[in-house]
Amino acid sequence: MIEAKNLTKRYGDKTAVNDLSFTVEPGRVTGFLGPNGAGKSTTMRLLLGLDRPDAGEATVNGVPYRELARPLRVVGALLEARAVHTGRSAYDHLLCLAQTQGIGRRRVGEVVEQVGLGSVARKRAGGFSLGMGQRLGIAAALLGDPAALVLDEPVNGLDPEGILWIRNLMKSLAAEGRAVLVSSHLMNEMAVTADHLVVIGRGRLVADCSTEEFIERSTEQSVLVRTPDGTRLAELLKGKGATVTTTGDGDLDVTGLEASRIAELAAAEGLVLHEISTRRGSLEDAFMELTKDAVEYDAGVPTAGGVK
Amino acid sequence: MTTTTVPVPQAASAAQERPAGFAGLMLSEWTKIRSVRSTVWSLAVLVVLTLVFTGLFMKMGIANWDETNAAQRAEMRTDPTGTILGSGILLSQLAVCVLGVMAIASEYSTGMIRASLLAVPRRVPVLAAKSAVFGLLVLVVGEVTAFGSFFVGAPILDGKAPVALGDAGVVRAVVGCGLYLALLGLFALAVGAIVRHTAAAITTVVGFVLVITPMAGMLPGSVGEHIHAWLPTEAGFMITQQHARAGDLLGPWEGLGVLALWTAALMAVAAVQLRRRDA
Repeated sequence: MIEAKNLTKRYGDKTAVNDLSFTVEPGRVTGFLGPNGAGKSTTMRLLLGLDRPDAGEATVNGVPYRELARPLRVVGALLEARAVHTGRSAYDHLLCLAQTQGIGRRRVGEVVEQVGLGSVARKRAGGFSLGMGQRLGIAAALLGDPAALVLDEPVNGLDPEGILWIRNLMKSLAAEGRAVLVSSHLMNEMAVTADHLVVIGRGRLVADCSTEEFIERSTEQSVLVRTPDGTRLAELLKGKGATVTTTGDGDLDVTGLEASRIAELAAAEGLVLHEISTRRGSLEDAFMELTKDAVEYDAGVPTAGGVK
Repeated sequence: MTTTTVPVPQAASAAQERPAGFAGLMLSEWTKIRSVRSTVWSLAVLVVLTLVFTGLFMKMGIANWDETNAAQRAEMRTDPTGTILGSGILLSQLAVCVLGVMAIASEYSTGMIRASLLAVPRRVPVLAAKSAVFGLLVLVVGEVTAFGSFFVGAPILDGKAPVALGDAGVVRAVVGCGLYLALLGLFALAVGAIVRHTAAAITTVVGFVLVITPMAGMLPGSVGEHIHAWLPTEAGFMITQQHARAGDLLGPWEGLGVLALWTAALMAVAAVQLRRRDA
């Protein structure tokens, strides 16, 4: 189990992580989500003792990472930026890490095979593609058979097959009872992988709940109504407390009333409906909505006219 | 805080209490050094080139013997060992400086340092193990180079400035030369650990050895002389002299001790920084 307690990290006058607390429980994949620059990587570096927090504390099984005697056997980590000497072979890279923890050569061979680098293990890591580099990083994370994993953007640079592989790997690692923390800036990727979500924006906690709950809570329901009597129906529904917007096609987009209630109200007034349907916003929309006040580099989202 | 009862793979709960052994760290650092081909090649080339240049310089010295001024001739006669070790070894010095810097700065430039520190979050043992392994390696290579240079140079000088390993001060000078190279390598490694950028660190070290030190020799007066004598490479190289020369401010072991102090001070700074700074 990994715990962050009131973590704060400042770089100069910029606060990268601000009073952040959350727990990564064993047995499930916890998605760590936030737009670029939200502080995900910084938080992970704080968890792993690479950076020192200005306030707060991060612990693994109750112990700060820096105090772990054989940390690779407790926490496996994949960092976003590569952490491999380019002149060294994949095998030797893993071997020199293994030797610091008393891990044998057999285990090195095992993880090399597990991540599918068997055929290139003796080649210089500098020649690896982004995807192979990610696999090597994951091999290093798995080396000590750790109870917790911290993976920063593991699907970066992977092809679809690789993405599926890492997804299944994370799920199976969690199913074995490990605590898995995986960061991403892609909401949809997390929706299919994570059981639990920790969402941050500008270094602050935005949401900490199960993925289901997050979807439930944040994807607002709206009802699309197509009717020749748009103006009258809109007046009527507004009178009942609904929020009504008229789309470019003259259709109504209604929130705050169930579809069945809208249909009943229309029938009572004798208004004709051509179409009525309930829509859920996409998860990506919800994520953007949630973090929009917290986006570090806002280029302004180009609006796709009418399409939602 | 909730406690779940899912069976957690705790491979290492027993191994947890004990920190990873220093022997393991040294083994790891040895793997790091031997698995980067450029390091291995550089060391091999260093030895060969040093011997070749020592031979060339000595042959040139003998060929020009008759045109050489009397003072220089006298110096070569009284200190043939210093003459031999003061030629090709200068090349080894530079290579050792570059390798020392690279041993740690390359970890920063490639990002490997993060993997190293994740494995050893107490950090300072990484620097200690790296220094120990690199220092020992350079010591071995340095002794090979020093003895090799002596055995290449001595027969060439034989006619004009005869010297044998059994002569007073010779073994000390030759063995000391290897020690000097090892200390210099550690000096460079410490600078690499502090500066962290390969190019900047190499410039610093080589600039210090090649530019600052000779320039300090031109400082006027006794203060200038003392500053010059106490600079790391100037002081450390005293060990390679068979006999003291007129005007020497430090003895051979004193000089090497001064270099060792410089190195220890820089290592201490490097260790404190490693602990304090974000990686």
